[in-house]
Amino acid sequence: MTKSQRKLWIGLLIMALLTPLGIILPEKFKAGDAWGEWGAETLEKLLGYVPEGLKRLTELWKAPVTDYNFGGEESSMTVQIISYIASGLLGVLIIGLVIYLISRFMAKNGK
Amino acid sequence: MHIPDGYLSPQTYVPLYGASFVFWSIALKKLKKELSTKHVPYLAMAAAFSFLIQMFNIPIPGGTTGHAVGAGIIALLLGPWTAVIAVSVVLIIQAIVFGDGGITAIGANCFNMAVVIPFVSYGVFRLMSGNSKSGKRVSIAAFLSGYAGLTLSAFVTGLQFGIQPMIATGADGRPLYAPYPLEVALPAMVLEHLLLFGIVEGVVTVLLLRYFLKNETDMIYALSVKGS
Repeated sequence: MTKSQRKLWIGLLIMALLTPLGIILPEKFKAGDAWGEWGAETLEKLLGYVPEGLKRLTELWKAPVTDYNFGGEESSMTVQIISYIASGLLGVLIIGLVIYLISRFMAKNGK
Repeated sequence: MHIPDGYLSPQTYVPLYGASFVFWSIALKKLKKELSTKHVPYLAMAAAFSFLIQMFNIPIPGGTTGHAVGAGIIALLLGPWTAVIAVSVVLIIQAIVFGDGGITAIGANCFNMAVVIPFVSYGVFRLMSGNSKSGKRVSIAAFLSGYAGLTLSAFVTGLQFGIQPMIATGADGRPLYAPYPLEVALPAMVLEHLLLFGIVEGVVTVLLLRYFLKNETDMIYALSVKGS
């Protein structure tokens, strides 16, 4: 690894450690979901009903780490913060692995 | 901007899978031709960066949240086609592992964020920077490229949300998928990105481009292809 690459990886690590800001600030400023990303329960509250097709499709996939949170919806802020950092690192790890696999099929040496 | 499952009708998400598939195939072909082993770490870092920057949700007090995508700066540094791959990998992992964006909407989300942003950003940068390779003009071009890329992406996303009530309603006349009409969805998506999140994407683009201008100028794809 070159010196400048090491510097960039350290930068990314620092970013990963700072990611909880992305859940603490919205909490502090009482900001909710992104527009158009509400769950079925929130939609029920907003509209008074859950659109038929939407209800069907939301049940299609249950992500292993929903919302970057290992503790479930009711977990404390501390659990959420730790989950968030762990999710950040896990995501980077999986990304690294996938890019490595893609590259093995693609990259030519010494070019 | 990650459309969840259920917000888009099949008439929308299937064609968008098709559109993304076209871009993925071309991007992979180009990658196969051009990728050298020394660039692989940068591809990984670019994807990691996009993943992490998207975790920084920015609040609109009392309202919604949004975030930068980092796809603009990736397009400037590695080229728009490489950015398609880097950001698509991120979006697919977000959907499958973290439930951020729907499985059915992977095609749509990749089109909106991994295709629209890189190409708009790259185009705006080349257009605005002219023949300059450094200085104020390049900085302004970089800011505008990120800003325009994310805002246009929000526009396309708002369009996809907004047309749902027109194309898919149940027997009772109620929308089957995304419930808000175009005149609500489009301004909601565009305004928040025009006024806040787009600016953040622009600032991220400018700061990182300046870092690479100072430290690794030969890394910058958008400047290296100039005049060659």
